Amino acid sequence: MKARGKFLVGSAIIVVTLALLAYVGFTQSKTYYHTISELSSLRSSALHQRMRVSGNVRNGTIEHVSNRVNFVLEEQGKTLKVTYIGSDPLPDTFKDGAQTLVEGRLTPDGHFVAEQVQAKCASKYEAVPNPPPGTQPGQAPSAPSTYPSKS
Amino acid sequence: MDIFGSFALVLALVVAVYAFVAGISGIVTRRTLLTKSAQHAGMAVFALVTLAVATIEYFFFTDNFSMAYIAEHSNRALPGFYKFAALWAGQEGSLLWWSWLLSTYAFFALFVNRRKHPELMPYVGVVLAGVQTFFLTLNNFVANPFQVIAGADATGAVHIATLSEGHGLNPLLQYYEMVIHPPMLYLGYTGFTVPFAFALAALLGRYPGEKWIHITRRWTMIAWCFQSIGILLGAHWAYAVLGWGGYWGWDPVENASLLPWITGTAFLHSVMMQEKRGMMKVWNVWLVFTTFMLCILGTFLTRSGVVSSVHAFAQSSIGNWFVSFLAIVLIVCFWAYWRNRDYLRSDNQLDSLVSRESSFLFNNLVLLAACFAVLWGTLFPVLSEWVSGSKISVGPPFFNKVNVPIALFLMLLTGVGPLLAWRKTSTDALRRNFQWPVIGAFVAGAVAFAFGFRDLYALICLTLCVFVTLTIAFEFYRGARVISQRDGVNLVTAVGELTMRNTRRYGGYVVHFAMVLIFIGVAGQPFNKDVQKEMEVGQSLTIGPYTLLCQNFDVVENGNYQSQRASLEVFRNGRSEMMLYPERRFFLASQVTSTMVALQSSPLRDLYVVYAGRSPETNKPVIHAYLNPLVKWIWFGGIVLVLGTGLAMLPNRRAALVLRPAVDSTWDEGISGSGAAPIRALSHRSGGDD
Repeated sequence: MKARGKFLVGSAIIVVTLALLAYVGFTQSKTYYHTISELSSLRSSALHQRMRVSGNVRNGTIEHVSNRVNFVLEEQGKTLKVTYIGSDPLPDTFKDGAQTLVEGRLTPDGHFVAEQVQAKCASKYEAVPNPPPGTQPGQAPSAPSTYPSKS
Repeated sequence: MDIFGSFALVLALVVAVYAFVAGISGIVTRRTLLTKSAQHAGMAVFALVTLAVATIEYFFFTDNFSMAYIAEHSNRALPGFYKFAALWAGQEGSLLWWSWLLSTYAFFALFVNRRKHPELMPYVGVVLAGVQTFFLTLNNFVANPFQVIAGADATGAVHIATLSEGHGLNPLLQYYEMVIHPPMLYLGYTGFTVPFAFALAALLGRYPGEKWIHITRRWTMIAWCFQSIGILLGAHWAYAVLGWGGYWGWDPVENASLLPWITGTAFLHSVMMQEKRGMMKVWNVWLVFTTFMLCILGTFLTRSGVVSSVHAFAQSSIGNWFVSFLAIVLIVCFWAYWRNRDYLRSDNQLDSLVSRESSFLFNNLVLLAACFAVLWGTLFPVLSEWVSGSKISVGPPFFNKVNVPIALFLMLLTGVGPLLAWRKTSTDALRRNFQWPVIGAFVAGAVAFAFGFRDLYALICLTLCVFVTLTIAFEFYRGARVISQRDGVNLVTAVGELTMRNTRRYGGYVVHFAMVLIFIGVAGQPFNKDVQKEMEVGQSLTIGPYTLLCQNFDVVENGNYQSQRASLEVFRNGRSEMMLYPERRFFLASQVTSTMVALQSSPLRDLYVVYAGRSPETNKPVIHAYLNPLVKWIWFGGIVLVLGTGLAMLPNRRAALVLRPAVDSTWDEGISGSGAAPIRALSHRSGGDD
């Protein structure tokens, strides 16, 4: 019984230590997901949190200015100006119209400073109706629209 | 042809359902014939799913773009091995592939044991058939790979369409590990179904004795080995293809593959408590159950789109099926446990804190803590959205904060645990076993510190790695010395002999050593460097001891892709060492660009060069170079891990040495009457020592 007690004490120490570490790691890296429309209604305290925002890149807004990349994300009619300051090259999938996830913080003037940018190509892989170049027109008049999606 | 494949799949489901229902009826009515028939049905599923898989592969190789799955994941110019591997490139195909591997495992589990354990196997057959039924239902009704492309014209009539060219395989998947990583990982995931089936069967049938735990342990080792290979290959793939210079990013899908691996590892350790001391029976059964459920959860996470990940398939409703199945499995497990909980009563108690038992307990405790932390971090976006309505994710700092200390503590236990005696270890034995490894480890730590190792975790890791290596080396040396003195053989032969006499123990040490190698590789990570620079022909970039001189940019083309390539000459101390060719490939069928990393790997460091594209303002090519120390040790550790696991699964030689001469002599004398037969048989057996 004595050994069992010692084991329980040891376990408790380990578990408490790990829980503390987990808490510290959690506060350092927690990131909120927000939509662009939500940003305007956030309380001021919530505006300083690290967050992820997603949207589509508005056509023709990507501009590269001395180590920074500026672009505009849009979602349901709302827009957000983003400046990417990270050092990693932008993903290949990042281009006009791409579905993009930016991670970073908001500046007080409503500008978003992104440290990370992930982009999903708006391509066939997501079953977006988009006829491939080789579709035989005569055979499948409206094939793209009924193209089986990945259920 | 597609009808043929679909039909095979439907029939497979029917047969699986029969195996399930007939199996239960056989157990209830105690009719042997019914049970036999159910088991044969379980094996027949394998043949039927094989037919379905063969049909899909036939479509891939004949470029049949009237099939939606083929059109989405292949194109004519795709190399043959990618056409083969495109089977598991998407949702439907990979689920079919899953079913096939499961049916393969089920076939072998049933076939190997067809004349053994008559009390146990009927239950095993039922559990396997149940799991197969679930996956075949998905294959048939939720994600059918045999869909054709059809469209309705203006009059509403439906036509079957054929595309002249497919969309091509996702460029990120066009890397040779595509052919091997998913099968390995899936062999791990599906493989855990077999130990689950045996554990649940033993519990349901109240199978007497500890035999089932040996069977479960063996199958777990097989699945665990595949899972390890799969995870490491995945890490290597990410490293070589994604071009961000790392191999592990705590991506939800990476985490999902790690979870059953962690609980599987915990089980492989705690199972010894049950075998040797009759303890932790409840715990072990639940570890096996949990491992299986985590496999299902991993599949669910990958496929449902509940967590965002680089691996995730498109959003879909398939998640509901998985959640329902998980709920059913949990209920069945709990019901089986509750009904038969007295069957799992422990025989012994913990005697001392300084004992093998307690090291296993701590091992399991921290492994489970790691598992919980990873699971919690992975699911946190979902949980937080449920609870508070706002979706919050946690990043790598969270996972590293918790798991790095756990990993280091486990490394300590890896050194300490095997040298502690069962029940209680004397102070004397402690000193004898640990004196030299501890001294050696501290010397190594001090030397590393003197040479500028300042990262705390890396320093602790290195010290522990030396400690564990020394304890393992001492174990081999001590055992081998005894054999060498007694049998008069040299020490190397004695090590081989020692290992073959207790493959499980010494194979286990080899796996521990593999973990040491992997840890050393990971400990190099704090010393990574990287430089990014715009470069034109004639310009150079310096990273660590290397200077990269840009020689040329050109375009390479084949039917599948068009590639921009940079030619970089690498100098070290003014001497030209090699050429590196990082590429950016534009895949014609999918119209997507992907990077090809140029990698020069040596045991000490990797030089990892990415052609990041052209800067839009200056139109100059951008080269991103990374210097990652010790990464190669991780992959090498993986190879050692496989060898060690393989070794641990071999039968011990001692039995063969004692039994074979007697058996062989009677047999041999019957044939030839030669008196030398026993000696020949003996020397033949020990021929391949080391």
